[in-house]
Amino acid sequence: MILFTLHKTLKLGVNSLLRHLLRSVLTMLGIVFGVGAVVAMLAVGEGASYESQQRIKRLGSDNIIIKSVKPPDDQQSGTSGHGISAIEYGLTYDDAEIIQASIPSVKVVLPVRDIPKQIHHGARVIENGRVIATVPWYLGTTNQRVQTGRFITSRDVHDNATVCVIGTDIVKQLFPCENPIGKSIKVSGCYYIVVGVMALETSTKQSSGEAAVITDVNSAVIIPLTTALSRFGKTIVDIKSSSFSAETVELHQITVKVDNVNDVVPVAGMVQAILKKNHHDRKDYQMIVPLELLHEIESNARMYTIVLAIIAALSLLVGGIGIMNITLASVTERTREIGIRRALGAKRRDIVIQFLSETVLLSIIGGVLGLGVGFVIPILIKTFTGMNVIFSGWSPPLAFSISAIVGLVFGIYPAYRAANMDPIEALRHE
Amino acid sequence: MPLLELKNLHKTYVMGMVQVNALRGINLTIEEGEFIAIMGPSGSGKSTLLNIFGCLDRPSFGQYVLGGEDISTLDDNALSDIRSRRLGFIFQSYNLIQQLNVLENIEVPLYYQGRSERESRHRAAELARVVGLSDRARHKPSELSGGQQQRVAIARALANDPLTILADEPTGNLDSTTGQEILQMLDELNRRGKTLIMVTHDDDVAAHARRIIRLHDGLVESDRATAR
Repeated sequence: MILFTLHKTLKLGVNSLLRHLLRSVLTMLGIVFGVGAVVAMLAVGEGASYESQQRIKRLGSDNIIIKSVKPPDDQQSGTSGHGISAIEYGLTYDDAEIIQASIPSVKVVLPVRDIPKQIHHGARVIENGRVIATVPWYLGTTNQRVQTGRFITSRDVHDNATVCVIGTDIVKQLFPCENPIGKSIKVSGCYYIVVGVMALETSTKQSSGEAAVITDVNSAVIIPLTTALSRFGKTIVDIKSSSFSAETVELHQITVKVDNVNDVVPVAGMVQAILKKNHHDRKDYQMIVPLELLHEIESNARMYTIVLAIIAALSLLVGGIGIMNITLASVTERTREIGIRRALGAKRRDIVIQFLSETVLLSIIGGVLGLGVGFVIPILIKTFTGMNVIFSGWSPPLAFSISAIVGLVFGIYPAYRAANMDPIEALRHE
Repeated sequence: MPLLELKNLHKTYVMGMVQVNALRGINLTIEEGEFIAIMGPSGSGKSTLLNIFGCLDRPSFGQYVLGGEDISTLDDNALSDIRSRRLGFIFQSYNLIQQLNVLENIEVPLYYQGRSERESRHRAAELARVVGLSDRARHKPSELSGGQQQRVAIARALANDPLTILADEPTGNLDSTTGQEILQMLDELNRRGKTLIMVTHDDDVAAHARRIIRLHDGLVESDRATAR
């Protein structure tokens, strides 16, 4: 019975809308664009937020990353090593050991050195190459994979072995048409045997802040930490065309992995305290907690969503007012019809339902079209800007319910005005 | 039991600052099957009376008993229900819905009775045949003559098979020949047992009725049977 009544009501509504097709379509436009904006902005926002979350997750949410930073000039202290005056700063092996020994919930401490070097293979040279010196658990801690061959082992570390694992960019430049495994490359006069190739690290698009943390393995040569210490010493000499600088940095980066994500923040506090004491308040390191960045991004995303929601709400408001406006005009125009229907037995409720079904129908059709617009716009954005967009499964039901609600809310006033007309007055209306 | 009964019925309007006493104590009893003409100069309250008969308006004071039920106190929903089940309306200006065709116009009262579409369509077609408009069933009111439109209105008034049909100057907009056709249809309806209450100011039209009630200044001036 209810279904039957619904069918009759809808038929009445559809007929009435079709009678003024152009007017119906124009009225609908506000909702089409309003809903389209909601769906499009959700997809774009979702895509942007997903992208940045992925980037932070690659840093590892259970990690704390500490970087060596060159301190401001007044805090530098000179020291002489190998007869050259070198700036000494940054993290030390000591720091790594103390963190590992004194904080119980620390699972892994990963020391890394990052040294700029020229890399040779036969006649081929990479001028701006980089050597990353680290330990076997680098792989697990940074969530990276070896594509072929193997990674550095603890035996390599123990033996100061002259082996290396290289990134895909190095393979492309030095071994364009041969298998690099077993071949050797030359760095600072020493030969290293290639034992593995790192898997290609995709999505290397980096935003500021983050770029300092993620070391791009695609263009790096990875060697055991102990080998680096014995071959290069602690001081890195960088000769540029005009200037000449030397720095003594024991470790460029320490990644601290914590047992449990909940421990990240307290451990970060403890690490901070240890480093502050060890470094005598010298600001030659920087601590990055991806979890905190993640929280920051999430709260930014929330802000973004709120702004989008306000814009979308405004456009829907405008659309809704459009519907209300046209329906009010239509109620006035059809005053006599309302009077006739009332005289022939229509209850107030019947009149309300008649007009509400028209507005709801109108806005739902608008919502469906808007859903289409909301799919097309992000696809265009993706095509032209390369931005990531994600359509969530609840877009269609959302568009449907938003438009239905707009139709209801903005239809209620005109419908009640129609229903509360005095039938006698309405019948006299010209 | 009389079909309907008015007891000391008053109707007072407030128009701006002025209070208008449209009806000032009407007492009437109408039996089933009567054909009544209500006459009177303009402003005598005949339209107001018809609106009250039609449950479109409520008395300010007094009682209106329809089918043994005092309806002066009923709410809007209940009055709509009575209009839907027991009353049929014929207006001077036909009052068809312009966007609907003949059949759809006849179906309107059935729509509010919750009849099925097929049943409504069937009944509407039958009534269109009765009033001689089968060949115009799909026409819009604007494509019909005045007489044809009024015949659609009569078919519509009959759709829900009411006991009482209220007609407000049913021939007012028609030429005399067409008016006669319409009046003959009303005579026929009355012969078949419908109670007819018709407002008119035309003596010739009123002559079709069996009883003429004259109003003056909101009161019944005279109430007598005609020669018929």
